[in-house]
Amino acid sequence: MSRTKVVVTGLGASTPLGGDVASTWSALLAGESGVSTLPWDNLDTLPVKFAAQAAVEPADSGVLAKPRLRRMDRSQQFALIAAIEAMKDAGYGYGEEGGLTVDPDRLGVVVSSGIGGLHSALDNYDVYREKGWRRVSPFTVPMLMPNGSAAHVGLEFNATAGIHALVSACASSAEAIGYGIDMIRSGRADVVIAGGTEACIHPLQMASFGAMRAMSTRNDAPELASRPYDKARDGFVLGEGSAILILESEEFARARGAKINAIASGVGYSADGYDMVQPPEDGSGQAKAMQRCLKDAGLEPSQIVHVNAHGTSTPAGDVAELNGIKLALGEQAHKVSITATKSMTGHLLGGAGALESLITILSLREGLVPAVVNLENLDDAVDLDIVHGEPRKLPDGPAAALNNSFGFGGHNVTVAFERAL
Amino acid sequence: MAEVSEQTILAGLGEIVEEIVGVPAADVTPEKNFIDDLDIDSLSMVEIAVAAQDKFEVEIPDDELKNLRTVQDVIDYVQGLAAKA
Repeated sequence: MSRTKVVVTGLGASTPLGGDVASTWSALLAGESGVSTLPWDNLDTLPVKFAAQAAVEPADSGVLAKPRLRRMDRSQQFALIAAIEAMKDAGYGYGEEGGLTVDPDRLGVVVSSGIGGLHSALDNYDVYREKGWRRVSPFTVPMLMPNGSAAHVGLEFNATAGIHALVSACASSAEAIGYGIDMIRSGRADVVIAGGTEACIHPLQMASFGAMRAMSTRNDAPELASRPYDKARDGFVLGEGSAILILESEEFARARGAKINAIASGVGYSADGYDMVQPPEDGSGQAKAMQRCLKDAGLEPSQIVHVNAHGTSTPAGDVAELNGIKLALGEQAHKVSITATKSMTGHLLGGAGALESLITILSLREGLVPAVVNLENLDDAVDLDIVHGEPRKLPDGPAAALNNSFGFGGHNVTVAFERAL
Repeated sequence: MAEVSEQTILAGLGEIVEEIVGVPAADVTPEKNFIDDLDIDSLSMVEIAVAAQDKFEVEIPDDELKNLRTVQDVIDYVQGLAAKA
């Protein structure tokens, strides 16, 4: 029996570049930066004074009313806004507008967050300390729990096939997409709302990532701070937002005449077994995820034309990943175009895998790969084809691409997509 | 505390309910049941009770909360406390 093929029928996003997919994509092609100085009055106390904040505040999106928003963590707000866009994009009805629906028992949700409701947790701790436990919001627990976003999305669309929230730091939402693919392949669902979200631009995170010396400290020029593969890169830039894909079995999608953005061909996982926060220099653990992904997808390295890299702009991480790509793809590594879109979006942590999968899908669909920005002097250790300057046109016809996501803890996840022809 | 009129409590409660769950204040009328008529869930009810305590400067013990099923129940409860004070 042939395995169920999974396709992507809908896309939704709220990112530092735009409040939806269309605005995010046009900003990516234009090479815009979503990074800016934070509007805080305590910047003097922080090592890093900038981040990639969402382009559109959830309250300004017009999608969710204020009473809904006040019982949701910021990360959950982004996720639900993106999920609604994605379901509408896939042709499903929403809210009072009515329209096409999915049998709840055939609809699943996998929405991840790497950190969870950090703002809600800390804000309510402040309330507790200042005013006592009775003033703590009764919604604090559902707002801070890492599965809260998945639960909100599941409740909104009445998804009863199962609601899941896999957590693996910055690989979380790539893993969510992988799990969504598996739900459909195993017959548990026909449609899965899959993706990730994050909203933890909070002084604690600026301090704690700062304490790790993991973030760029280019405080005098924030928009130039995220610069993967550049000689002067000095760490990642924290971002926030969400991206959601609608995954469906090909049979189900074709039967309803759905628009197919791409084929979600497969996923590969590995763990470094090496260190909590550093990959081995040779990228061997990451290579395993890429190789396992190719095997799962039934793809040969020669079919891969493009890689959307994890590329966070850290001195060690960027080069290790390129080494991993060489190990996994062999000669083909020198023929694929590679981009690192965190140069514009910042690093959405648990939302990154989904956002970059979404960008990979658009790159295949539109035949254009957004360029890495701020790449002025290529690191001497880089000998692969990094797209910079302007977007790169991809060849017409059959094409496959990989999206890499790696997380603290040594998690490596690669997702493969193929162009829908 | 001084006596509070039914109208004042009703208006105050309407503001709270609109702010917390988005039900228009005008819909918050005495006969309405919070759960069945106004579609307010248990956690929101806790939030409304805390806001009402602040607004009307009364104490609503957790044990009492389950008895406050309708808008009129809250009005009576707040006025009852005021009368005792």
